[in-house]
Amino acid sequence: MNLMTHLPVLIVVVPLLSAALCVLFNNRKSAWLITLLASFFCFYASINLIQIVQEVDVIIYSVGGWEAPLGIELRIDALNALMLLVLSGSAVLVSIYALKSVEKEIPVQNQVLFYTALLLVKAGLIGICVTGDAFNIFVFLEISSISTYALISLGHDRRALHASYQYLIMGTIGATFILIGIGFMYVMTGTLNIQDLSQRLPVVADTSAIRAAFAFLTIGVGIKAAMLPLHQWLPNAYAYSPSVVSTFLAATATKVAIYVLIRFQLSLFGIEFSLLQMPFNKILMILGTIGILGGSVSAIYQSNVKRMLAYSSVAQIGYILLAIGLASEPGFTAALLHIFNHALMKGTLFMALGLIAFRFASTELSVMSGIGKTMPLTMAAFLIGGLSLIGVPGTAGFISKWYLVTALLDASLWPLALVILIASVLTLIYIGRVIEVAYFQPAPEGITQQKVPKSMLVALWIFALSNIYFGLYSDISLGISSLAVNQLMGVTP
Amino acid sequence: MSIELLYILILIIPLITAVGVLLCHNKPDIRETVTIIGGISLLFVVANLALTYDFKEPVTLTLLEPFAGLSLALRLEPLGLVFALVAGFLWPVTSLYAIGYMRAHHEQNQTRFYTAFAISIFATMAIALSANLLTLFLAYEMLTLFTLPLVTHAGTDAARRAGWTYLGILMTTSIGFLLLAIIWTWSLTGTLEFTSGGILAGKAEPAILGGLLVLFVFGTGKAALMPFHRWLPAAMVAPTPVSALLHAVAVVKAGVFTIMKVAVYIFGIDLIGELDSAYWLSMLAGFTIISASIIAMNKDNLKARLAYSTISQLSYIILAAMLGVASGVMAGSLHIAMHAFAKITLFFCAGAILVSAHKTKVSELDGIGRTMPITMLAFLLASLSIVGLPPLGGSWSKWLLLQATMDAHNMVLLMVLLISSLLNLFYLVGIPLRAFFAKPVDPNYSLGIKEAPTFSLIAILITTAGCLVFFFLVNPAWNLVEQILP
Repeated sequence: MNLMTHLPVLIVVVPLLSAALCVLFNNRKSAWLITLLASFFCFYASINLIQIVQEVDVIIYSVGGWEAPLGIELRIDALNALMLLVLSGSAVLVSIYALKSVEKEIPVQNQVLFYTALLLVKAGLIGICVTGDAFNIFVFLEISSISTYALISLGHDRRALHASYQYLIMGTIGATFILIGIGFMYVMTGTLNIQDLSQRLPVVADTSAIRAAFAFLTIGVGIKAAMLPLHQWLPNAYAYSPSVVSTFLAATATKVAIYVLIRFQLSLFGIEFSLLQMPFNKILMILGTIGILGGSVSAIYQSNVKRMLAYSSVAQIGYILLAIGLASEPGFTAALLHIFNHALMKGTLFMALGLIAFRFASTELSVMSGIGKTMPLTMAAFLIGGLSLIGVPGTAGFISKWYLVTALLDASLWPLALVILIASVLTLIYIGRVIEVAYFQPAPEGITQQKVPKSMLVALWIFALSNIYFGLYSDISLGISSLAVNQLMGVTP
Repeated sequence: MSIELLYILILIIPLITAVGVLLCHNKPDIRETVTIIGGISLLFVVANLALTYDFKEPVTLTLLEPFAGLSLALRLEPLGLVFALVAGFLWPVTSLYAIGYMRAHHEQNQTRFYTAFAISIFATMAIALSANLLTLFLAYEMLTLFTLPLVTHAGTDAARRAGWTYLGILMTTSIGFLLLAIIWTWSLTGTLEFTSGGILAGKAEPAILGGLLVLFVFGTGKAALMPFHRWLPAAMVAPTPVSALLHAVAVVKAGVFTIMKVAVYIFGIDLIGELDSAYWLSMLAGFTIISASIIAMNKDNLKARLAYSTISQLSYIILAAMLGVASGVMAGSLHIAMHAFAKITLFFCAGAILVSAHKTKVSELDGIGRTMPITMLAFLLASLSIVGLPPLGGSWSKWLLLQATMDAHNMVLLMVLLISSLLNLFYLVGIPLRAFFAKPVDPNYSLGIKEAPTFSLIAILITTAGCLVFFFLVNPAWNLVEQILP
């Protein structure tokens, strides 16, 4: 048996089985080690898959040797490969970071279960990004969601329970909607394979059943992606969950939902139907713009920095939706680039906050005075992440802003380009508030240099430096994004 | 030495200086020697580049290429050389001045001060050498960020508020307008290289190009064109050496330098001449010149008065760039150098008065000329240079500016310049005259006031000599600016 040919399925199976292993060993050190090894394997697999995709365009793998449409088909094109890279890369860093953070934040008796759930989330999210089957997407979405509810509820703040419950209700509604949408499509076409569906749908596209399916799917995925005005679950979920969870979710979870959105809209229904005929592009652009401005302004008024970053995520998702709404090649490229780059920025920022929480057990702005002197390395990384979020040249954020604004100008939408840049200024304000408190206010009496675990710092700095690396050399991120866009535009009629 | 190596040296010397300053943080004498040595070596390298560089065969050094067609690259052209020479010459002089000032004034955190100062010079040099708009923009933003700790140096609430104003206006305009304009230019032309003759002509409707020019000019907040000028008076809370080098030379000149570069190498001077918006921007610059002068007249705080005078003088250069005539470009470039020497002298004097006599208000300076004659004489000469009277360097650029307005057939702006000279005479030259001839109200006024610290005095003499020398030896500078538009 050749390992390489089975990578598409192994990348899901390995974390899934590792989760079971964690419970079997029932020891927190080995649970962590298993998580770390599984993450490294996924990362290794995704790098290999990217290289293969760049040569052969699409990898098709039939699970158990059963050909589609009878069996389940795994299908990896450049878009999937990009998502896998984001997912598995963040997972590796989060795993390194998790050891000390979990020791500190999670009660001892729950630590093994924490790693188990974390692995299940990874397996679920990765599963979504490899499968070529619509129903399978729903199954993996549920695997990841249910584990996420459990993870959020482990936050040490009691409000975490409420946040988790809120997400559970919203998430379940979303999942149900997705299931209904898939059901409608199955009734009309008799297939669940995305490739098949995309060929059979145009014949029946002009029916109310398909339009309803489209609406259910869009709203269902919209909830998962925290698309405004369906975003209320997100700020609480991010703010009160454990640091490891908020970092991983912020870097990946909403991105995967957006991936599903793109997959359904573009590959399945086709650009013509979903963006222009329905006309979902206008809706996306309006919601995206409101999300950008609303999210940024709300972020300014938060006293908890974690919550602030959560609102900033709502704004960043707005950027991606706006870019998709342009329904043009530069627009899609900008969207994919931002999915990648935003994972880098938010990963850095949430990890830095996790270190602050590690020391002060709080992420309120008020505990951060003078932290620039007492935790210099942590705050320097936060600063890099912040600059990237603002979009200062030399950081990854600049590259995505550049592409987004160029795409808007190509579409002669210069007022929206101005909105993007005004939003950058709003970002400057809310990041600036933190910087001012951290660097320009004196530390309270008695607080001296703070020691933080090296493993957490290493993970944080890899994230932070990748912001700069991908800001200066965008060959990789841009290369895969444009390949993915070419495939998306080529596949659809 | 190869040109590429000189480029690298120009950028690296300030950084090495910053590291050296940090390393010697508890040995003030060595720390300040490091600063001076760094300054002199930078000047040496820039001068070396000036002598060996041939503008007919430009050399480009590409540092990085984040994505295809868009690079961080360095290339020297005449305008950039003017800016690099001015900043490179005045940095060691200011360091000399700062030693006297910071010690006499017992400032805290001097290591942070000298480090941030050196890094700011790095950003300034990167602006001067930039080969395209992206490089320029990156260096422009770095300059804002690196000068922020200098503005908030005092650490008081007032300083922190000033820091917010500074950052707020400069960053909002640069990200909101300048970056938009840059990306728009990229979207229209597919390049951001500074190209002689410009890259935008014929790429879009005149209305769009006009709007783009407005975005560029307002986006360059460092040029302090009204209504985006408030950051400059706010920045005056910084120690005087900062106000002198950064907020009279490096930062503000980076602003007008950007506008000149955009006018000459992005739009092209002929296109500027055809755009309606350029006309209105030149009128706005005229308005800024007069109104900033009037505000300056009513300011009793000496540094605030000088700050408003700077705002007014910066608009001379914006005006010159927006006229769309060749003589305007030369006048503007020459004025960058002339104003730099005069204004830095004025700030040096203001700082000397502060540390020796502890006076900050103009109304307290009657009779101070008897105890600080050298300082006040320097103040007088520098003011006359700003007014534009011979035998001082400022007269050449003033003369050329007047000629440029005539070339552009703009009599209104001609009048504006003449009125502005009269106002300058009133609110700047008046100060040293009263210092020498008015009698102090308090008979014991002169007690305890002595001349400025020696290091500072030497610096003042150097820059004042510069104002004089430029009148008699203007030819090299003239030859240089003539090459901007071959």
